[in-house]
Amino acid sequence: MPEPETRESWRLTGTYRSPVVTIDVRQIVGRASLMAASHIGRVALLLIEILRGLVEWRIWVPRAFEQAQNVGYGSLFVVMLTAAFAGAVTSLQAGYQFTGSIPIYYAAGVIVESIILELGPVLTALLLAGRIGARYAAELGSMRVTEQIDALESLGRNAVSFLIIPRVVAGTVMLPVLVVVADIVGITAGYLASKSSLGMTHADFVHGANFFFRPLDAWYSMIKSVAFGLAVTVVPCYLGLSTKQGAEGVGRSTTSAVVSASVLILFLDAVLTQLLLQ
Amino acid sequence: MIELKNVYKRFGEHVVLDGVDFVVQPGETVALLGPSGVGKSVLLKHINGLIHPDAGEVFVEGMDVRLLKRRELSRLRSQVGYVFQYGALFDSENVFENIRLGITDDEAAKDRAFCERRVVECLGLVNLPPDTAEKYPAELSGGMRKRVGIARAIAGQPMYLLYDEPTSGLDPVNASIIDSLVEKLRDELGVTSVVVTHDVRSAFQIANRIALLHEGKIRAEGNPEQLLAVEDEAVQRFLGRDLDITLAQLKRYRTHGSSL
Repeated sequence: MPEPETRESWRLTGTYRSPVVTIDVRQIVGRASLMAASHIGRVALLLIEILRGLVEWRIWVPRAFEQAQNVGYGSLFVVMLTAAFAGAVTSLQAGYQFTGSIPIYYAAGVIVESIILELGPVLTALLLAGRIGARYAAELGSMRVTEQIDALESLGRNAVSFLIIPRVVAGTVMLPVLVVVADIVGITAGYLASKSSLGMTHADFVHGANFFFRPLDAWYSMIKSVAFGLAVTVVPCYLGLSTKQGAEGVGRSTTSAVVSASVLILFLDAVLTQLLLQ
Repeated sequence: MIELKNVYKRFGEHVVLDGVDFVVQPGETVALLGPSGVGKSVLLKHINGLIHPDAGEVFVEGMDVRLLKRRELSRLRSQVGYVFQYGALFDSENVFENIRLGITDDEAAKDRAFCERRVVECLGLVNLPPDTAEKYPAELSGGMRKRVGIARAIAGQPMYLLYDEPTSGLDPVNASIIDSLVEKLRDELGVTSVVVTHDVRSAFQIANRIALLHEGKIRAEGNPEQLLAVEDEAVQRFLGRDLDITLAQLKRYRTHGSSL
């Protein structure tokens, strides 16, 4: 019987043949599609459970207040800080681009519209995907692997009403509130930056902002915020509940939650823009 | 009565339960023995519907657990206390809130004074002082956590108690305390109990009847004397590994009530 080829034998004889690795693309695509369909199906089932659990409002309302305080108050500083920088940088970039024959008040329109339509909702949602998405996935994942969720169920309690609905409601309600705060802070920072760096007057800024602003913009921002609120809560909750294999599984769920929620935010951003602004 | 009929369960390719028949009569304490990883906890979780079988039937109080709607299942679970292997206490809540969640009567659970009385009562039943109620799970030892887990399970006055490895990971003194507690609760509350364990000594001490789960099936079943008399090599090997006793010693224990 011939000796099996190893890297050691190759060193000795110089006749090592690499093993043939075949990649079946159809198999990979098939498996990925099945996995994606399975996740989508289970998220849909979780959403149905959430809708059914809403009738148990005595259970979830007090817990939703606790969570809302955590999401809202806890995220306020970082949201304001990010919005302030985003507003100031947008102002400086607008000033850099709008030189020459373009009236300066156009820059005010760009700053306000950029903040309301895109930067306010998307940056706030991405921040919350990192902050509360990771937290929800880690909390629920730890509870899953230490059997706390099984314990809750074994006591005849509905884990969805106790754990999931308060988190989803808190995130979905508080994200639009935080977006409004981010819009105000971002526009204020943009105004201050444009005054100090671009030499724009108060009248120019107000004129430019009013010239481009339409009420639909505010609605669009709020609709996006609610959709993003669902994305940054439902996906991490689902991944937290699906956690397996101890501490490593909790780490995996947490990472997946942040990545999946962030990607979903960008995807929803593209879809909603196409649907609402075209 | 608890009755599992021809229950099959597999996870992926791994068959865990391969046609298990298992009955627990009212008032009995049955120990479910078997080596680690054989599927004892999986079987236990079938009883309160935390896991559903791939095939077969699970009846508790005459109700088929697989077919119960959520509300019916919640009602059934309020009658079946479950003691988890590592306590599974809610670590963000203190002991009081943990035990309060075990009070499954919603009206009673809203009454703060009743809850305070009941929590102290349950802590007393598991030999813990009342001031334990203010502590958080992280401040408790392993043995205390298990006892709080038991207190939570009995807070709703269940008819059945399911114990998942109540003595695993404990030193002999704490294990003995938990064993005595299982006996005390059986005698004082009259609950029907199923105790999953791989501790043969503990099983022989607390159970009226013992079932040995092996390769997905109940390999042997009976009272301690009957189980010792089983000639099946796998059964003898498992019992002999942990239990260096003879039938005569067992009889002496039964007669004098001394520790094994």
